[in-house]
Order: sequence, then C-alpha cells, then structure tokens
Amino acid sequence: MDILKEISVRLQQGDDERVCELTRQAVEKKVPPRAILDEGLIGGMNIIGERYKAHEIFLPQVLLAAKAMYAGTDVLRPLFVKEGMPAIGKVVIGSVQGDLHDIGKNLVGIMLKGAGFEVIDLGNDVPPERFVETAEKEDAAVIGISALLTTTMPVMKRTVDLLEEKGLRTKIRTIIGGAPISEEFAKQIGADAYGYDSTNAVESVKRLIMANESD
Amino acid sequence: MRKILEIPLDEARPDQDAILETQGIPSGKELTEDVKALLERAIDLFLEFSKPKVAISDISIPGFEALYKGEGLNEQDTPLDEIITKADDLALFAVTIGERVSEEIDRLFKANEFALGSMLDSVASAGTDKAADTAESRYFDLLSEKGRITSSKGVLRFSPGYCGWHMSGQEKLFEFLRPEDIGISLLESYLMKPLKSISGVLVAGDKDIFVFDDSYPFCSECRSRSCHKRIRTLLKESRSDKKKGVM
Ligand code: B1M
Repeated sequence: MDILKEISVRLQQGDDERVCELTRQAVEKKVPPRAILDEGLIGGMNIIGERYKAHEIFLPQVLLAAKAMYAGTDVLRPLFVKEGMPAIGKVVIGSVQGDLHDIGKNLVGIMLKGAGFEVIDLGNDVPPERFVETAEKEDAAVIGISALLTTTMPVMKRTVDLLEEKGLRTKIRTIIGGAPISEEFAKQIGADAYGYDSTNAVESVKRLIMANESD
Repeated sequence: MRKILEIPLDEARPDQDAILETQGIPSGKELTEDVKALLERAIDLFLEFSKPKVAISDISIPGFEALYKGEGLNEQDTPLDEIITKADDLALFAVTIGERVSEEIDRLFKANEFALGSMLDSVASAGTDKAADTAESRYFDLLSEKGRITSSKGVLRFSPGYCGWHMSGQEKLFEFLRPEDIGISLLESYLMKPLKSISGVLVAGDKDIFVFDDSYPFCSECRSRSCHKRIRTLLKESRSDKKKGVM
C-alpha cells in the first residue's frame, strides 16, 4: 500500500503509534511533508469526519483518530519551522467569559485542527477584549465562542459588538455554539454562523473563510 | 433539618446507556473493543477521582414559594407553580462529585488523550445525575424515618435552568442552602464550581402531582427533556395512574 494511504488508514483506525512511525518513514523516504499532511493525515481525518456525519462511527473513534493525527503532525512540525505549519485558516476559540465548561469548545478545536486549521485556544472564561485582541494580533480569520448556559450569552454579543466598533466585523468572522445556543440567537446578536456540533462547526468555519476570500 | 451526606461511590456509578447517550452512541449499539476499553478505563477514573456529596435542607412551602420567585425572571407559567401547592414536603439540595474529576479531564485533554477525556466527561456528567437521583432517595428515607412519606408517594427534583425556573434562581437557592459547605460555589454567571454539580428542589408528594403536559412554550427549547424519563421511572410502580402528559 502507498505510504500516504497507509497513514490515512492507520489514522482512521486510531493507531497513533503506527501513524507516528509511518510519518517518520515517509519523511525519510523524502515524501514532501505537505503531501504527508494533506493526503495522509488531513485526508484520513476528512474520511473520519464524513463517516461520523453519516453515523457510521461515533465520537470515541473520531477522538482516537484525532490523537493519531496529532502524533503525525508532531513529527512534521519541525520540518515547517521556517514557514510555520501550513493551515487553511486561523481560528481563535474559547469559552465565553463566566464559563468554565471546556469540553464542547475542545471538541470543536480538535475537529478544526483535524480539518487543517490553525487553532489558537484561549481556554475558558475569556473576555471579549481578549478574543478580539488575539484575533487581531494573530491575523485570524475567525473567532469561535462557546457557552454552556444562557446567562453568559450576552457576553457573546459584546464580542461581536467590539469587532464592529473596531471596524473588524467583515475581516474577522464569528461563530458561536454550545448547548443553549440556537441559530436564531446567533442571528440576533449578529454572529456570522452557528455551530450545532463540532463537525457542523468545521463546515461553517470553512464557509466563513471561503466567503471572506471571495470578498 | 439540614444534612450533609457523602454518597457511596457505587450509588453514583452511572448506567452504561446514560454515559453513552452523551457520547452520541445509541442505546443497544454493539460497542467495538476500543470503545469498551475506553469506557472501562473512564469508569475506573471516575471511581478514583469522584467524591460525591449532597447538602439537603428542608424548606416550607411558603418559604419555597418566596424563594422560587427569585429575581422575578421565571417564565410566567411553570409546572412547579402548581406542583408546589400540592406537595407534602420540600427541601433544597445541591450535589457535587467534586473538582478532581474535572481536573483529570483537563489533564487528559492536554495530554492528547481526547477519547478518554471525553468519555470520562460523559461518565462524570452521568455520575452527577446519578448522585442527584441518590439525593432523591435519601430525602425519601429521611421523610420515611419521620413517618411523613409512604411507598405510594414519591420524590422528584427540579432545578434552576429547567422547566421555566430561571437560572438566576441559583442566587436565592445558594443563600438559603449554603452548599459552600460541600465545596460548591456560585459564580456571577450562576455557574457552579465544581462544574459537575446539580442544584434544585426535592419535592415530596403523591406521584400524581408530578405528571404535567410538556407543552409549555419553553419545553420546545429544552435540549434535555429528561422529565419524561424521570417521571416515568417514578410512576413505574403505579402505571395505572397514567394520565395525559409527559408519560
Ligand atoms: C465556536 O463554535 C462552536 C460551535 C459548536 C459548539 C461550540 C462552539 N461549543 C459547543 N459546540 C457544539 O459542539 C460540541 C460538540 O458536539 C457541543 O458542545 P457541548 O458542550 O454542548 O457538548 C458537550 C460535549 C456534551 N454536552 C454537555 O456536556 C451538556 C449536555 C446536557 C444534557 C447537560 C449536562 C450533561 C450536565 N448538566 Co446541564 N446539561 C445541559 C445539556 C443539555 C443538552 N442536551 O445539551 C444544559 C446545558 N444544562 C443546563 C442546566 C440548567 C444545568 N446543568 C447543570 C449540570 C449538569 C451536569 C453536571 C449534570 C452535566 C454536566 C455539565 C457539564 N457541562 O459538565 C447545572 C449547571 C452546572 C454548573 N456547574 O453550574 C444546571 C444549571 C442545573 C442545575 N440547576 O443544577 C441547561 C442550560 C439551560 C440554560 N438556561 O442555560 C441545559 C441546556 C439543559 C436544558 N435545560 O436544556 C455543541 O454544543
């Protein structure tokens, strides 16, 4: 089997040790790192994402595959020191101010990285200013905010408002999600997208980035 | 009466279906070997790191009616408005399994052990719910010792953030119950720390009083709909009482 195909297959099986080994072998065989990343690792994760969406596999298998993907990218990272890890876009994520709940946001971050995004995770209890400052400084295309309870939802609006005040609303897009969030609420506060779950969040972020590029 | 009780770990150990539901795995689905191993490991970690505790404090019906008004933000018409008036006894409660489990989940995510971290999160959430079920039975036992309840009656819990009871209700609930004694604090956003905690009121009375029609305007926004299962479980022994409603 072609080594890139084998990386993809092993990744889908969640075999992190074998993925790490195969990625090393591919590097030794002078396979371009970009091809290993795109065709082997991200390629494998894309199939996992599709199978998850089709309910053929469940969250644990997705997360085992994600661990295998991280094992492979750790091998590749030193090869991209100069230009940095290639990414299809940069996303700043965090849980809203007043919120300590991480898991939903973590899952979204893992899936975004799996799809080839660079993710800057600010953790939880993140104030609007920090979201905006970081996105500006890092030249991120999207800010993603997660919330567990309705009581913290007004702070999400403050982040969108802050982008507006700074004239960054069209440059930096926003996506929000979490158990109490709805599409309607996202529209109401002027967020650019709503993510129902982690796979849906990835699709929405891709759409936001494409829309920005075509602007 | 105000009681602080430790809940034995085996009583907080959640059922497999409840855990897998949060993982999005349908009940009855054959598990692969790797998922089975994750589940077992996560349950072991849960048993190692949880310390389930509950605080229970009696409250009179007029006392609760005043507390339930909270900050005046509840929905206009809620199931509890009617249920309380028919209740025999009420007590406020808060349960937690402690902070250590959340710290372990965090550690696992940082170590790229996402599947185990996420499975432990599901076990911990379901375990907290199970601990709250135990709070219901403990309250039943306490009332039973005083001869205030018989087996034909039941205890059911309701929480701020559910069934039209606004989250801001946490403020007055905390003032009265003081669950800080079992390590739970309330943030300005009304989030409780530790995360794996549940607060609310325990209502004791005839099983019939708990049956309500889940067609309140806010029911359509509820993501949980756990009322169905809980009321069905409570009524299990008297299914002939079946009425129109959440059954
Ligand atoms: C950036 O873009 C994006 C895009 C997508 C994004 C995103 C960002 N962020 C998330 N997503 C999305 O992708 C993720 C992956 O699929 C998802 O992330 P989640 O974080 O939602 O998903 C997690 C991975 C798994 N899901 C969860 O952990 C939440 C599931 C439900 C059932 C739930 C659970 C399990 C729990 N809870 Co409770 N709980 C509910 C939830 C109802 C529901 N079905 O959603 C919710 C959140 N809880 C609620 C409540 C009220 C409460 N809970 C409480 C307690 C608990 C448990 C401890 C039993 C448990 C664990 C909580 C925890 N977070 O650790 C209490 C609060 C706890 C606290 N510390 O303060 C308490 C306040 C009840 C009480 N009075 O005790 C409700 C909030 C309502 C409100 N008004 O805000 C609630 C919506 C249920 C309901 N009524 O419908 C998506 O939302």
